Amino acid sequence: MSMSMKKQANPVPAYAFGKRRGASVLMDRLFTGLVWGVGIVVILFIIGLLFLLLEKGLPQLSWDFLYGLPSEIEEGGGIGPALFNSFYVLFISLLISIPIGLAAGIYLAEFAPNNKLIEIVRICVEGLSSVPSIIFGLFGIALFVEFFEIGLTILGAAVSLAFLNLPVLTRVTEESIRAVPVELRNASFALGSTHLQTIRRVLLPVAMNGIMTGICLTAGRAFGESAVIILTAGVSTSGEMWDFNLFSPGGTLAVHLWYVQSEAIVPDAQEIAQKTTAVLIFFALLINIVFRVPLWLNTRKNQA
Amino acid sequence: MQPFIDINKLNLYYGEYHALKDVSIEIPERAITAFIGPSGCGKSTLLRTLNRMNDRIPGTRIEGKVAIGGTDIYHDEVHVESLRQKIGMVFQQPNPFPKSIYDNVAFGPKQHGVRGKKKLDEIVEQSLRSAVLWDEVKDDLKRPALSLSGGQQQRLCIARALAVEPDILLMDEATSALDPISTFKIEELTHELKNRYTIVMVTHNMQQAARVSQQTVFFLNGEVVEYAPTQRLFANPADSRTQDYISGRFG
Repeated sequence: MSMSMKKQANPVPAYAFGKRRGASVLMDRLFTGLVWGVGIVVILFIIGLLFLLLEKGLPQLSWDFLYGLPSEIEEGGGIGPALFNSFYVLFISLLISIPIGLAAGIYLAEFAPNNKLIEIVRICVEGLSSVPSIIFGLFGIALFVEFFEIGLTILGAAVSLAFLNLPVLTRVTEESIRAVPVELRNASFALGSTHLQTIRRVLLPVAMNGIMTGICLTAGRAFGESAVIILTAGVSTSGEMWDFNLFSPGGTLAVHLWYVQSEAIVPDAQEIAQKTTAVLIFFALLINIVFRVPLWLNTRKNQA
Repeated sequence: MQPFIDINKLNLYYGEYHALKDVSIEIPERAITAFIGPSGCGKSTLLRTLNRMNDRIPGTRIEGKVAIGGTDIYHDEVHVESLRQKIGMVFQQPNPFPKSIYDNVAFGPKQHGVRGKKKLDEIVEQSLRSAVLWDEVKDDLKRPALSLSGGQQQRLCIARALAVEPDILLMDEATSALDPISTFKIEELTHELKNRYTIVMVTHNMQQAARVSQQTVFFLNGEVVEYAPTQRLFANPADSRTQDYISGRFG
């Protein structure tokens, strides 16, 4: 009896699981607010930036501009050859870097022994992936201009770009394959698959999301790269459309943008720069979408 | 019961660690043999020596003999892929590939060179029927395997293992991640399967060993303490350590 008397003297709220008070709740609120705030600011910043860059160029774009040959003196020059070179150089550099990068990544993830040498190789790959691109440009000059004496060419630029992207691709491939759950690996081996079959049918498909992200990153980087291109392919183009010659000078869109802004004497340089910017951003976004859409579809099909 | 898997004086080392000590047991064909014992006693290790999954762990060393159907499986001429094709394995965590139900079951046969949609369709249906999953999934075999429940996923993994037509099925605590009803379904399934396959299961659940197996092997610290027909082992253990373990005094 005396127990219940005591309880009544010290009443608990009717609903005992009510709101919590105190520092932890306050901190939780603050943190949630902070994260939301930062997120919104970043998104607004990106939208604003895109708007600023596209605002002047995008509405003025025309097929003539995209296809047209650049002009050195008169108004109305296009970006045809530079745009073509951008894709051509990108394509060839990916043609070189994707197979080698994937192979190196697969080797490091699946075959490399666990020893000091491989550890050093890994550190080198990581180091190389953060070397400034101009170093690769200088390397390109040394190799193609000085040593092979082929001058400023599309080939030199593509190979130098491939070198620039190889470390990142290797690293991303290795990490993605390592991230595949060991259970899936075991399942495949237990079914009597060989190592190659396991890599082809299980590890690569599961790692594909990560690898594609890596390819997107490097493709975007190659598409927008300027230092390497200026040093190895020059700032000019052959002046012709659809010039597939690997030994032509290979000024790309990003380089052209820098050129018209800083060196060109055409009266409409400002306008060309704005339009070029719009085209550059548009295609950079497009590359990402083109690489990712098949992946999204695939993920939707295979994931619960 | 004639011995089908014959393990003779098997010693296994992970580097310095002596994981299996002088293990000698015989496993009969077309019956369920259960390995029981506390964690780290070597029962899963022994299971993995049967399909040579330990080969993949660096620093593993094996002495002694493991013969299946009279063939020494650690002989140089044995192809580990062909061996594993004949010995299916089901793991503790259901591990379907992130592919469709159909592609999961067809995975093994495709790797082993089975071509032709009709043939594959047949194998997929048969395997799913054997794993008592067919009726639940037949309407949409293109569904992602990961959309199935845990118990269904585990039966899919069994179907996937059966699709390559093994003789032996290894189950490494295959029900320990499942709820009681799914566990019951898989136990029933093993009861059916033992008419066609030799089943070796590792289990933490002594009731399960008692319920489903015909023979039980009790491990402790890498040694086989006792192995006997299940009823005998549980009713009348010869070793006092077995008695202590099955009565729940440790482990």
